[in-house]
Amino acid sequence: MNYNFRFEILLRYQAEILQGVLLTLQLSVLTMVFGLIIGLGVAIAAGSPSKWLSVPARFYVETIRNTPLLVQLFIVFFGLPSLGLRLSADLAAVIALSINMGAYGAEILRAGFESVRRSQIEAGRSLGLTAAQTFRHVVLFQATKAIYPALASQFVLIMLATCVVSSIGVTELFHQAAFIDSRTYRSFEAYTLITLSYLILTLAFRALFSFIYWAVFVRRPAR
Amino acid sequence: MSLVELTQIRKSFGPVEVLKGVSLKVEKGEIVAIIGRSGSGKSTLLRCINGLEQVQAGRILVAGIDVTARNADLNALRERAGMVFQSYNLFPHLDVERNVTLALKLVKKLDREAAGKVARDVVTRVGLAEKLHAYPDELSGGQQQRVAIARSLAMQPALMLFDEITSALDPELVGEVLRVLEGVAKEGMTMMLVTHEMNFAKNVADRVIFMHEGRIHEDGPAREILQTPRTAELGSFLSAVLH
Amino acid sequence: MIREFAGADVVYLLLAARWTVALAIMAMLGGGLLGLVIAALRIVPFKPANWLAILYINLIQGTPLLGQLFIFFFGLPLIGIQVDAWTAAAISLSIYAAAFFGEIWRGALQSVSIRQWEAGASLGLTYGQRLFYVVLPQALRVAVAPTVGFLVQLIKNTSLTALIGFVELTRAGQIISGATFAPLRVYLVVAVVYFVICFSLSQMSRRLERKLHVAR
Repeated sequence: MNYNFRFEILLRYQAEILQGVLLTLQLSVLTMVFGLIIGLGVAIAAGSPSKWLSVPARFYVETIRNTPLLVQLFIVFFGLPSLGLRLSADLAAVIALSINMGAYGAEILRAGFESVRRSQIEAGRSLGLTAAQTFRHVVLFQATKAIYPALASQFVLIMLATCVVSSIGVTELFHQAAFIDSRTYRSFEAYTLITLSYLILTLAFRALFSFIYWAVFVRRPAR
Repeated sequence: MSLVELTQIRKSFGPVEVLKGVSLKVEKGEIVAIIGRSGSGKSTLLRCINGLEQVQAGRILVAGIDVTARNADLNALRERAGMVFQSYNLFPHLDVERNVTLALKLVKKLDREAAGKVARDVVTRVGLAEKLHAYPDELSGGQQQRVAIARSLAMQPALMLFDEITSALDPELVGEVLRVLEGVAKEGMTMMLVTHEMNFAKNVADRVIFMHEGRIHEDGPAREILQTPRTAELGSFLSAVLH
Repeated sequence: MIREFAGADVVYLLLAARWTVALAIMAMLGGGLLGLVIAALRIVPFKPANWLAILYINLIQGTPLLGQLFIFFFGLPLIGIQVDAWTAAAISLSIYAAAFFGEIWRGALQSVSIRQWEAGASLGLTYGQRLFYVVLPQALRVAVAPTVGFLVQLIKNTSLTALIGFVELTRAGQIISGATFAPLRVYLVVAVVYFVICFSLSQMSRRLERKLHVAR
């Protein structure tokens, strides 16, 4: 084996990598926000006593969770145009990722609200708090604390999963590997560097999320 | 008019009828202990009075509010009827002071300072002034239950309901909670307690109600009822709990 | 040469799905063996071994599987191993699966209370006897449902190998979609095939969880 590893020539592409990182983070945040909005609606519908709401909601969750994200993405980006719905790659990516996250978000939210015991709601109501006040001051904080760890790891999973959208030409971080490869013919170095960039992002976000958890849920203000 | 008036209330969970026509009047200042075997309907009775359970038939009036009315103002009711639970149900994310002030601020619309003053006052009354800024998981079960009593007291209710509040406690912690209850009783509060503490019922309550199979089986002055049970059911219940 | 999306194409997709399943089975076996090693490294009372396992798990779970696939696809030839897409995919997915199996099984082992070890010891059982007769049977019950659940992830993730050119179900879908210009129908059929496989496994995982939970 006499291959010379030339990682240093990749340094020229700092600007592209940075741009890729920003787009990856934008995609991840948008996916998280839209996914949770969808997830909230689906979680409420799935728990509803009406079959007209609960059956479609469960069907959605099962369908998304049992098919690959890549195929969902292809259906949105390549499939929908045959119905006359032509989307840009960026928009298709956000839509497919959000629909995907919605199914996982629904499960996370459902588990979170179920984790707050009924007795806590009764305690709030028996003090004369309205249903809305009980939700806002008693349930919400406890449910948020319960779902926070799952949401934090879900964010990292999404960030890692966004790289599949490079396959439809979205110029996020993973796409930059193909770009650098095409300029330098240094495939191995390019993909290794980009893959390790994700590791840095993962570790940084895990640390940030742990700190936020500690600051919001664990630390108790000295008074 | 009595403070609490129940007329022929019936309550079922699915096919099981738990309350089979209960009528009862409680006067202002009375201390009523409700005893009976588990499943006799005594906790359900208390929960119905606070509107936590809906009855299928009958009428419940508390401080002039019709709890059973279709459009009952349950929030107004709960301002007047405080409730303390077996499992304390303190809010784990709030310290002692904010557990007490939450409803004062939201329901009674007190400002921060006034609510804080009430909180210090009631927490001192249950002997926990030095724990004002502790969180529930830093307190023993007995201390948590005393905070729960203080939280309810702070709302200045006309009636307090206690649902087996010493049943979840270690034996050595029961005494401190009962002493707080005695203090509340001495101040003239109207109280209804579901309890297994027969000595407490005998010494503190004015009146004892024995529930059996969804009905009030005996009802009378505490000492008389407990010392000379009139029915075989109460007799066998008492001999079972006292040994 | 555009043609209609026809019955023969569905058969082609189903045949391609064999490679999806074959790849998942390879990764399950390879990842399973390596996962046992990872789980063992993670729990032995020897710190450097624990650190090695933690490093491995973080490296694999902290980077995208797609990146790992490309690194093996381009990297193995550089160290003199000529690989086709199948080999790169099988190796990469095994290494990926091992990190998850290792964590699932470690969790299962540690879910067995320390008191069970103590109870075994108090009866005079040796370490090996305690492990095989007391702890492992209990850990296995805990591990079965999440292990089957992870197979669903594994099946779904084999789709990424399409992007390094391995012809499994998703890549076959791309090929037929290109030939027929009926992408919506093609990818919906592809999705249905994945769904049938994955949903069966999901349901099995749920049944196992209920069954083993009730039996405790």
